[in-house]
Amino acid sequence: MTDTTFGTASRDRENRFTQAIEWLARNPIAFPVLLICLVCLVVGAINPSFWQVANLFDILRASVVRGLFALGVLTVLAAGGLEVSFASIAALVMYSVTKFVVNYAPDLGILPILVMGAAGGTLCGMLNGMLVNWLKAPALIVTIGTQYAFRGIVLTFIGTSLFMNIPVSMDAFGQVNLMTITNSSEFEVKLPAYVLILVVAACVTWVILNRTLIGRAIYAVGGKPEIAERLGFRVPRVQLFVFSFAGMLAGIAGILHVSANRLANPFDLAGSELAVIAAVVLGGARITGGAGTVGGTMLGVLLITLVNNVLVLVGIPSTWQTAILGGFILFAGLFFTLTEKK
Amino acid sequence: MSSKFYDGQLGFLALVNAVVIVASLFLVGPKFVGLYSMQSMATQVSELGLLALGVMLAMAAGRGGIDLSGIALANLSGVIAFNLAPQFATATDAPMLYCWVFAAISIVVGILGGAINGTLVGYAGLTPIIATLGTQMLFTGVAVGLTGGSALRLGYIPPLDDFANLPVMGVPISFALFLGIAFALAIVLRYTKYGMRLFLLGSNDVAARYAGIPVRRMYFITYTIAGMLASVAGIIIAARTSSVKWDYGTSYVMVAILIAVMAGVRPEGGYGRVICVVISACALQLMSSLFNFMHLSNFFRDCAWGLLLLLFLAASKVDLSMYLRFRTPVRPGRA
Repeated sequence: MTDTTFGTASRDRENRFTQAIEWLARNPIAFPVLLICLVCLVVGAINPSFWQVANLFDILRASVVRGLFALGVLTVLAAGGLEVSFASIAALVMYSVTKFVVNYAPDLGILPILVMGAAGGTLCGMLNGMLVNWLKAPALIVTIGTQYAFRGIVLTFIGTSLFMNIPVSMDAFGQVNLMTITNSSEFEVKLPAYVLILVVAACVTWVILNRTLIGRAIYAVGGKPEIAERLGFRVPRVQLFVFSFAGMLAGIAGILHVSANRLANPFDLAGSELAVIAAVVLGGARITGGAGTVGGTMLGVLLITLVNNVLVLVGIPSTWQTAILGGFILFAGLFFTLTEKK
Repeated sequence: MSSKFYDGQLGFLALVNAVVIVASLFLVGPKFVGLYSMQSMATQVSELGLLALGVMLAMAAGRGGIDLSGIALANLSGVIAFNLAPQFATATDAPMLYCWVFAAISIVVGILGGAINGTLVGYAGLTPIIATLGTQMLFTGVAVGLTGGSALRLGYIPPLDDFANLPVMGVPISFALFLGIAFALAIVLRYTKYGMRLFLLGSNDVAARYAGIPVRRMYFITYTIAGMLASVAGIIIAARTSSVKWDYGTSYVMVAILIAVMAGVRPEGGYGRVICVVISACALQLMSSLFNFMHLSNFFRDCAWGLLLLLFLAASKVDLSMYLRFRTPVRPGRA
């Protein structure tokens, strides 16, 4: 009698566990949410000064450039490719556009500058897309090539020195704030207006992926390219679109980066690739394509920024950040692969 | 030459080498091919070549195989060996013993790191990109954490220094080691069951599974070997620069892929030859040294590597065999 009850109880528990796993597999977005809650609770418990609006503002501000990159990576990933040249595109675009504007049109408004950034990024992205189509090689390898080419072009032919006399309009744009509050140490913390650009970009990406034909095509091509082709989706065109879109977002991100930091440095942003890819993967996008949501990606970005910003608060030296991010990627990869198999 | 050994890719790569040497004679002069400069190129090519062989193995195994963690593991194995070796031997009292201990620890770390990759890819079923991307960050991160972000000086340890810099009969020892490893790997890939299975697996993993090939164990072994090769590269780097640091050779991930692609290794899997990788690494090193002699900036070099990678991806799409008999049709199972 006791044995049977015990047996049912443990089987119940097992069932509940499998159910929880299955539920998580259906709702990958819960994964970053759980991790974010975990990090917040642990950090908040160890160091109560974590619970301030100022910290939230910092995290939001630091998420903008990474978030724009991540939306681009998500779109390419959904179509089945991996793109790693976005940081180089952003560096190329931000430095050349800023230099051009400073030298030839110092009074240009922020809107034309953003448009120029977006256009430049789109061109670079189109190049990526055409190369991926034409070379028929894995997108990762192609974009590793263009990553170095773009970076080499800006550093060899455009310039290597940083300059701080950025156009007035860009400087002013970086200083527009939505809200200003004073934190516990009497230090003013601002929520800059360019955070809204990320919000808009996220909404646009969501609409494209979920409410348009091209969005359907992207997921179809990412899931099973041969079948998508037979269904009449034009795979090369979809590829071209996703890479151009990612390039456009990278171009805008570059301009925002200059506005926010009030200087143009061609060496910036290189090396940020892995954290962005980590964010997208943590957000539940499958590296093999055909899956991934905007919400998950944004949460992934928040999680990465959170880890980058708050580890110092609990006494983990910043030198261990990369290792922890690597652990997170492997954990997420393992988790999603194992749940997929069931 | 028997057609089994010679193929178009090999001839093409030899041609690239010859062209670079001739060009450098015009651009730089005879000092480029002098003994000293050749020897210094030979030590540098060993690091790159070993990493590229690891990439080749991962690519040949198929399923989107790639090893992005090579240089990170090389640096990590150097860093851990630097920290642990003094426990067993002191560099001043017993330099020879110190070097052997250093090498042994490095290789153990390399095998363990490779085994992590292999477990993730083979047994857990992770995509190689995500697995090696994660371990790349993990290895780099642990190396940063252990060193606090700064370079660690080994100081002058005669046997270690000789290993990298002292030529025996004109050939640097590290280069000889690289050639030895490459030769052994070539033999393994061509004449053993493992080699045959690897290329079958890379050509078609479903067929390989039905043919009874232990697919999981194959991935495990392959990535473990790649990790071991990376750790040997780590030893050479430590010996050559007399220091270990976490961010040595940040562009090596890309350069190793470039060498493999140039060597005709197919990123889709199923094909790759060791000798082509060796010659392709030499060609790349010659070009790199040429840029140095011409005082071109590192940035220009990065740019050139990127364009070269794209160029060779393009070249592998154009079938010139009809006109020049450059590339023989791809056959799986050739090492």
